Parts: sequence; structure tokens; C-alpha cells
Amino acid sequence: MRPRLVEPPRFASPDDYPEGTSFEAGHLVTVNSGWRRVRPKIDGGKCTGCLQCYLYCPDGTMIKSGKSVTVDYDFCKGCGICARMCRAGAISMAEERA
Amino acid sequence: MSFSASSLSEDEFFYGHKACAGCGGSLAVRIALKVLGEKTVAVLPAGCMSAVGFNFPQLCFANNAIISTFAGTASMMTGIEAGLRARGIADYKVVGFAGDGGTADIGIQALSGAIDRGDDIIYICYDNEAYMNTGTQKSSLTPFGARTTTTPVKGNRRDKKDMFEIVAAHGIPYAATASVGYLNDYMRKVAKAAEVKGTKYIHVIAPCPTGWGAGSDETIELAKEAVDCGLWPLAEYENGEFSLSMRMKDPSLLDSHIRRQGRFKHLTSEGLEHIRELRDRRWDRIDKKWNVDQGRRTR
Ligand SMILES: Cc1ncc(C[n+]2csc(CCOP(=O)(O)OP(=O)(O)O)c2C)c(N)n1
Ligand code: SF4
Ligand code: SF4
Ligand code: SF4
Ligand SMILES: [Mg+2]
Repeated sequence: MRPRLVEPPRFASPDDYPEGTSFEAGHLVTVNSGWRRVRPKIDGGKCTGCLQCYLYCPDGTMIKSGKSVTVDYDFCKGCGICARMCRAGAISMAEERA
Repeated sequence: MSFSASSLSEDEFFYGHKACAGCGGSLAVRIALKVLGEKTVAVLPAGCMSAVGFNFPQLCFANNAIISTFAGTASMMTGIEAGLRARGIADYKVVGFAGDGGTADIGIQALSGAIDRGDDIIYICYDNEAYMNTGTQKSSLTPFGARTTTTPVKGNRRDKKDMFEIVAAHGIPYAATASVGYLNDYMRKVAKAAEVKGTKYIHVIAPCPTGWGAGSDETIELAKEAVDCGLWPLAEYENGEFSLSMRMKDPSLLDSHIRRQGRFKHLTSEGLEHIRELRDRRWDRIDKKWNVDQGRRTR
């Protein structure tokens, strides 16, 4: 389970806004991918499945499935922590193309 | 139960947030919630973690979470815990994530009161060593020498307040220090706090690349080094006793650890020497007061 991107709510009139200050939990309407200058790329052949990249990612965008990892490029910010954590040298940071 | 990368829940409860790339505070929040699980109500005062987590309609907590007043983290936690109890909801935890300013300055009175009452809450201070959300002003947890916008010339002239020992002096059931550079240790402490009845306090050092003047990929190394060079001892306080979780690895790492951070760029060699003295004096106290039997400072 992780919060998913949803259609932004459309508020046609002030009456449509939620009353009070509470709203749905885990409600994402914008991605963070535009923040990125570099993106992590995983070399599956080198990956040992140690999961340190997954553990230390501040954004939780390194997704573990069993002993391998994939990146959620919608929300990864390209901080480079995963590449620094990877002792196997399986993660490289590549320039984002405009 | 012990937690590791492989046993940790795949669920993400703090996701899509707008923290700067490489933010240590957001890692502290993310990991604690993964350990505590969905049945957790989180309280966040004014500060970076509430600012980056609640931007309506982008709401990045998947569990119940609420913003408190800046000074009132612990009082709101008290109220939520009482409310849950009054409604017969027994399987929920209440956790707070407050910054260093929110904890050691403006929120210290509410925290002290909650500890005194013994309220059943887990208070986590993510310490980025300044008021980051408002542009890096000095707090009482800013270390000696660090440049902030309110200590612009020579950097901070005061030593960092010892919040861990202040909390312990209340006779709290459980308190610990932690680092986002040592997450297995942090996860173990969060899990332990969840088991202990009464008030729990965890103080986790959480580097801020923006305010510390470091690269976004340096956060974990900085958080590890702070422990390794003895500036941030990892410890626990339980049943009236202090115990060290990990020994200082290499006291000589101090120079390079300080010099690589932009907030210390202006520091003179006397300034650096003073930081070393403060560290050594602290370890002399630790050696006397805490359970540090063998090996003293190096592991
Ligand atoms: C009573 C009050 N005073 C001042 C503020 C402004 N304010 C909002 S966040 C913040 C800084 C918080 O610093 P800290 O607690 O260290 O958290 P950080 O932003 O560093 O994560 C300040 C001063 C406020 N919201 N309420
Ligand atoms: S670059 Fe940063 S945000 Fe992206 S997956 Fe790696 S650690 Fe996570
Ligand atoms: S840190 Fe490297 S080796 Fe370990 S799981 Fe991630 S990519 Fe694989
Ligand atoms: S300013 Fe620092 S603490 Fe605040 S979101 Fe950015 S990196 Fe995190
Ligand atoms: Mg702060």
C-alpha cells in the first residue's frame, strides 16, 4: 500500500470545498518527477538484493519486490542517496533529458 | 520483533511529500511510520515535515495525521491519546514528529508536562539543528560554530542543548538517541518505544542538505559520521539507567566531518578545536555516568 495519484478535485464553487480542516489521507494530485536533474538507473545484473537503497530512500520511491528493486519515477527526486548506499555499484545516476 | 530492510513492511505512509531531495527528516518520519504501521495517529507541529506533508489537496500521510500548533505537539498528542481511550480504541498508537525548534525551544513545556503525567505517547524529535522551514534560524539544538541566518558572522556561540539528558532527568520510562545514518538501530528503538507503556522520547539526528550546505546524496554519510566521530552518541535511557548503543568509531573523523559542511565553512581552527573540546568533555561525562564498561570510546 502506498498513496496513489488521483484526479485533482474540482471545486466549481466554494460550497464544494471540504467543511472543516480534514480531508482524505494519502491523497496525491501532483508528481515530484520535475524536481529531478538526474535519475537512478538500476543494473539488475549487479544488484545483490541487499535492499539498502530501498531502506534509505527518503521518499520511499525505491520499491522492493522480493529481492529486487524498481524506481517510482513519478515521485523519485533524484537525490542520489540510493546510488551512494549501493555497495554493489548497481545504481548509476544518469542525466535527465529535457 | 527486530526490523531490517527485508522484514520491514512494504507499505508507505509518508509519500509524495515536498521535502527537498535528500531530506533526513523525511526519512526519519517515513521509517518510523513503517515500523509503527497504519494504526498510528501522527501529530506534526509547524515545521518542515508538516509543511511538506500537508499541501491541500496533496496530503502525503496515508495514516491519520494532524498539524498541531508549534508549541503544542505533546499536548495535542495527550488529547488524542485520551480521546482514543475514551472511545475504547485500544490498538492505536500516538506518535509526534517535531523539529528541534519545536521540541527544545517552543514545545519543551508541553513535552515536559506530558512526561510528568506519564501520557502514553511516542514523541520523536527529528533534529536538523535549526529552524529550517523558516529559512535556517538558530535553535537551542544548533551546534557550536554553525552558521545560521541569525548567527551570520561567526556562527553559533552556544553549545547544543542536551535534550536527551533533559528528558531523561524527568525519569521518563524510555528515551533514546538515534541517527538516520543507522536505521537498523533507529527501527529497533521505535519498535521498543511502541512496546513500552507511558511516555517515550526518541531524538533522531536528521541532516538537512539545504540548511547544512551539503549535497542531497550526503545525508546518510553525514548522519553516520556524526555518530562515528562522537558528536552524536547513540544511547538509551531505561529503568533509570543510561546505556550506549554504539561506541565512537574514530574521533579523528571530526575534522573532515565538519569541514565538508557549508554551515561550518567560516570556522577557524580555534573554532574547530572548541568543537573537539565540547565533544571530549561530553564523553568524559558519559564515561562517568553511563554504562560504558569496556572499550570506552572506540568500538
Ligand atoms: C507560534 C509560532 N511561531 C512561529 C511560527 C513560524 N514557524 C513555522 S515552522 C518554524 C520553524 C520550525 O523549526 P523546527 O521546529 O526546527 O522544524 P524544521 O522546520 O527545522 O523541520 C517556525 C519558526 C509558527 N508557525 N508558530
Ligand atoms: S534518487 Fe533519491 S529519491 Fe530517487 S530512488 Fe534514489 S534515494 Fe530515492
Ligand atoms: S543497494 Fe544496490 S545491490 Fe542493494 S538492492 Fe539496491 S540496487 Fe540492489
Ligand atoms: S529544508 Fe531541510 S529539513 Fe526542510 S525539507 Fe528541506 S531538507 Fe528537509
Ligand atoms: Mg529544525
